[in-house]
Amino acid sequence: MNTDEILKIIKEKFSSDVLDVFKKTETRANITIKPESLVKINEYVFKDIELRFIIATANHTKKGFEILYHYSKDDIGLIVNLHVILPVEKPEIESLTCLFSAANWIEREIHELYGIVFLNHPELEKLISEGNWAEGVYPYRREFK
Amino acid sequence: MVKKTLIPIGPYHPLQEEPELFKLYCEGEIVKDIKWETGYNHRGIELLSEKKTYDQSFFLVERVCGICSTSHPFAFANAVEEIVNVEITNRAKYIRSIIGELERIHSHLLWVGLAGHFLGYNTVFMWAWKYREPILDLFEIISGNRNSYAMFKVGGVRRDIENNKIPIIKGILDKFKKKNDLLVGAVMDDPVIHARTKGVGILTKQDIIDYAAVGPTARASGIAMDVRKDDPYAAYPLVNWKVITAEKGDVFAKAEVRLLEMYESISIIEQCLEGLKKEKEGEISVKVKEIPAGWGTGRAEAPRGEVFHYVLSDGSNSPARHKIRAPSYTNIATFKKSCIGQTISDATISLAAVDPCYCCTERMAVAYDSKTKEKILNGNELIALSVKKTNELRNK
Repeated sequence: MNTDEILKIIKEKFSSDVLDVFKKTETRANITIKPESLVKINEYVFKDIELRFIIATANHTKKGFEILYHYSKDDIGLIVNLHVILPVEKPEIESLTCLFSAANWIEREIHELYGIVFLNHPELEKLISEGNWAEGVYPYRREFK
Repeated sequence: MVKKTLIPIGPYHPLQEEPELFKLYCEGEIVKDIKWETGYNHRGIELLSEKKTYDQSFFLVERVCGICSTSHPFAFANAVEEIVNVEITNRAKYIRSIIGELERIHSHLLWVGLAGHFLGYNTVFMWAWKYREPILDLFEIISGNRNSYAMFKVGGVRRDIENNKIPIIKGILDKFKKKNDLLVGAVMDDPVIHARTKGVGILTKQDIIDYAAVGPTARASGIAMDVRKDDPYAAYPLVNWKVITAEKGDVFAKAEVRLLEMYESISIIEQCLEGLKKEKEGEISVKVKEIPAGWGTGRAEAPRGEVFHYVLSDGSNSPARHKIRAPSYTNIATFKKSCIGQTISDATISLAAVDPCYCCTERMAVAYDSKTKEKILNGNELIALSVKKTNELRNK
């Protein structure tokens, strides 16, 4: 399966959940999806297309909290980012720990740095600042003028 | 009733690149559960990088890891160059790959040494670290530094490897190769090492996919994943080499993959040195005026596995967001799969097998009785346990 086929199949299968598909190069692509369809699209790319989960990146921008789930298709060197935007007022999203254990730590890390809540996470405790950081203060959040 | 014991491994040791605390909950000698704590060395590098210029960030990310210090600048350079869409010169590609492969050799030797020490084979420890020295000398010849080489920048490298240095480098590598044969033979053919490492700490293919483990940890479980082949960068598509894999997924398979990879690394370096001769001296960088707005994802195959950098640029002279994922982040988590159900003496080598720095065990590990809070074992006694098991096997 090549890059175009992967993007096409995701776009067709989840036509109402995919907001935007951007193919930057032959080996880099970004797919913006609705936060509520996160689990079913991730399940499809992880189990059916067999992409490898690399990591997730969170960012606080003027649009809200953005999370990129990076996946790799190793045989063709492709990196696909599944991109969701969460509102600042209610930063909640389903956890992916139901699909793979690799989501466990990074979701805990994002939770403590940005205050994003991952629903149905088995142990949403602090990962890197246990016992040495104030509650309710999120160091990676930004202030916009 | 079985007495439950908590054995903490970690968190600090000056040699350790990742301070962390493993809590082993044991019943008798068997590890029943594991908890993990980290963050002792969280320096906020991702946020700090946003305060630096791209040029300065190279020196910053070089300090993410002390042992594989080039893998992070490598991935960062790949990410930024993807944003700029610039093709670096062949000479710079060869130099980058040479540095990357020398680093793999010295990192794998370090691991073999420590693993040997841990099993009670101090000769292996001393040999591996002794033969690692000439590799560090090579770094000094090439970059002026034995560690943190400061070679990378956007659009190329900072220093050239002049053609008159090529025979010196080759000479040192040739000598090293003979010594390495001795070391590899000593490890691969020893029946006691086989007994201690085969069938211990097994990770299946499914575990690797579930935990998204990378590098030698994944390759030892039969997954032929290597960024150098999958998403080619630098000089790797210009030279011939093969991805080393093993099937069993145990500690021995991981050792085998690392030992054999060193030969591939030597071969890559030799081919790169030949390649250097064909390129014009001094053509080591392309001028990059500014970094446009956009995003880039860069990867590099570090000795421990895939390093991943995501860089978001807003068109200014520093990254707007810089995400770093080191290979140990996903590899360490497999500890939970490989160690539960093992004995304490095997659990420590299983942890070591994914190559986090575990030297902490020697100084820091103390076993307490979970009820009386009294000390049962200290770090040296824990190693002694492992050594004792090896000696028993030897005597048999």
